[in-house]
Amino acid sequence: MEQLFSLLDSTIRVATPLVLAALAGMFSERSGVVDIGLEGKMLVAAFAAAAAAFVTHSPWLGLLAGIMASVSLAMVHAFVSVTYNGNQLISGMAINTIASGITPVLGLAWFQQGGNTPQLDDDSRFHDISLPFADALSNVPVIGHLYSKLLSGHSILVYLTILIIPVVSWVVYRSRFGLRLRAVGENPHAADTAGVSVARVRYIALFWGGVLCGVAGTFLSVYQTGSFIKEMTAGKGFLALAALIFGKWRPLPAVLGCLLFAFADASQIRLEGVDLPIVGQIPSQAIQVIPYVLTVLLLAGFVGRAVAPKAIGVPFVKSR
Amino acid sequence: MTDFAIGLNGICKRFGAVQANRDVSMNIAKGSIHGIIGENGAGKSTLMSILYGYYQADSGSITVDGREVRIRNSQEAIRLGIGMVHQHFMLVDNFTVLENIVLGAEGGLLLKQGLAKAREHLQALNRDYSLEVDPDAIVGELGVGLQQRVEILKALYRGADVLILDEPTAVLTPQEADHLFCILRALREQGKTVILITHKLREVMDITDAVSVMRAGTVVGNVRTADVDKEKLADLMVGRKVTLKVDKAEREPGAAVLDVRQLCLTDARGVKLLDDLNFQVRAGEIVGIAGVSGNGQSELLEVLAGMLEPTSGEIRYQGADLLQEKSSQPRAALYRKKGIAHVPEDRSREGLVKSFPMFENAILGYHDDKSVSKGGLYSRQALLARTRDFIRQFDIRPDNAQLRVGLLSGGNQQKVVLAREIHANPELLLIGQPTRGVDIGAIEFIHKRLVELRDAGKAILLVSVELEEILALSDRILVMAGGQISGEVAARDADTISLGLLMGGHKH
Repeated sequence: MEQLFSLLDSTIRVATPLVLAALAGMFSERSGVVDIGLEGKMLVAAFAAAAAAFVTHSPWLGLLAGIMASVSLAMVHAFVSVTYNGNQLISGMAINTIASGITPVLGLAWFQQGGNTPQLDDDSRFHDISLPFADALSNVPVIGHLYSKLLSGHSILVYLTILIIPVVSWVVYRSRFGLRLRAVGENPHAADTAGVSVARVRYIALFWGGVLCGVAGTFLSVYQTGSFIKEMTAGKGFLALAALIFGKWRPLPAVLGCLLFAFADASQIRLEGVDLPIVGQIPSQAIQVIPYVLTVLLLAGFVGRAVAPKAIGVPFVKSR
Repeated sequence: MTDFAIGLNGICKRFGAVQANRDVSMNIAKGSIHGIIGENGAGKSTLMSILYGYYQADSGSITVDGREVRIRNSQEAIRLGIGMVHQHFMLVDNFTVLENIVLGAEGGLLLKQGLAKAREHLQALNRDYSLEVDPDAIVGELGVGLQQRVEILKALYRGADVLILDEPTAVLTPQEADHLFCILRALREQGKTVILITHKLREVMDITDAVSVMRAGTVVGNVRTADVDKEKLADLMVGRKVTLKVDKAEREPGAAVLDVRQLCLTDARGVKLLDDLNFQVRAGEIVGIAGVSGNGQSELLEVLAGMLEPTSGEIRYQGADLLQEKSSQPRAALYRKKGIAHVPEDRSREGLVKSFPMFENAILGYHDDKSVSKGGLYSRQALLARTRDFIRQFDIRPDNAQLRVGLLSGGNQQKVVLAREIHANPELLLIGQPTRGVDIGAIEFIHKRLVELRDAGKAILLVSVELEEILALSDRILVMAGGQISGEVAARDADTISLGLLMGGHKH
């Protein structure tokens, strides 16, 4: 039981940045803009957040800096691919390259620690918080356990993410912006003739995608590790993109995909060095590969045909 | 004096070297159906795009309800009560009818009350004009006729008093077109103004109250429909006498050149695109395939030309099954060598390379021809000479073999393709939409060449969505609906009504 709780607990931790990035990707891809730059935006946000938190000793100012850094890259992507109809894949790739280059360079120049940022002290980090009555309820069987062990004791950013999920889902399906977002990604010409500004919707979508990536990056550096480490996103942006496709570009299924990947990742840590019956000890390399193998398998056959937004990747040019 | 809903005064619009509209003036009476007729490229669409705010006129003025206005974008046009039903529908396929209608006019940040309001409004419109559209249907699953009505509803929901329809019947069966005309008449009764852009004379005669005829960017006539007849309109459109009929003698066809048996084609999703087709095309015969576009005609042509592999069946050409042929070269090239020429439906994508000069296009698909090459290199002289021959025989303009083909008009591009395919002296000619986007003068010419080819004893399979063309050229007519042949009619017994029923899928 304890084992299971701690496994699920770390699933939530691992899933949080994935969920944020996947929802970020959903905004931009639903608007018709391919977003392989999730990775780069997260990385830049992680760096900016850690640096700002170190200097100001405030995790919240770190969060703000992370969001601003990520949003500014998102706006570069928008400028290239919406305003100038550039190739969205190349623009996204450029963002990733810029991010993985500029973060260690600035890190080295500012902190002289091999491209990383110094370890943050306790005041400058986000901490786990106990929800009210967690201690009091910890002895109540099942419900109390679930509440105090699983739900309580996470960072504020985790709770923020849990709140964001239904909000995003509601925005996409129930709001005017959501209708326009989906229309623009599916048939921008239809939206255009109906009096919707395609460029405006895409800019807004990319902006919110930037905000969410900013939170995801901040989570990694200012909460999880307490410092920025070179290439610390380690493919999480692409994993989030895979989860998005797995969820067929719908918010809730995409979140589910993230949880699945996170669960595989969390079990991998626990399997390492454990003697299993029959097979014995599995080499750690084989275990580490599980989430990626899972990704390939799921995308290859399990989800069936993933139907992307029809206008994805195609710059909108008014025809006539 | 009549009230005018729309007044256009001296509209001019130039795109680079092309004067699309030159001093165009017309008045459109309130509560009338006004036709704008003209050949492709006559400037009809440009004019309507100016009215709907896509373009700005270089000079001239527009009045709506007698007041002079400036229309800078389509939102402003909508605000002035102008609605447009595009030729290519502007709908989001995976949205419901209701969602499509409120898009851009949601009435608030949240969708809920907007959708509820729209639903009520929609039911009222549905009743008033007997449109019979289910607000909760997914648009992509509706037929074209219904999709078009969604477009009309979209405009009406936005409060359109003037409705512009751009070639609305191009995608409809004659029966669907009749239903559309009923709706348009109902709109007129309710005081709406309808502007109908078309190049079909019959439609103008059937439904309009007044008509403006355009030619080469100018208005050559503003007339009351009651005062003119088809021939008069056709003369105005082209600027000279045209014969709408093709002279063609009865002729006894020879042996079967093409014999298609049980031909089937199923796509990746399991949809039957071609469903058990059986027919022959004989020497000295034009077989026309009629049907609303998207019923398998395009796929049939591609299968016969070797561009698509059928799922099952036989294609017997001069007695032997083509599908059994083993060859290392692509099927399309093999079929060409055997004497099957193909003028594809979409000539700009499949028939030509637009950025190549005319003389290079003149040998596409026949580039192995020894007579134009020497020692593995093309002889430029031979290519140019052949192209000049084409230009002379087919009256291609301008007569410059080195000009990029993309710069030619649609009619002249088609002549290049046709000249190339006929030059190969084929036994069987497959030809799709021979006169799509081609002006009337060139249509006459192309039709004549096709009949000459038939009289020379060649077999021709003609696919066209223009019923008049099918009726004018064919000796026999096959009708396709839903991937099947829904009927066969001898040309002399055929008329638009019986063909229309077959096109709708009613079997004999």
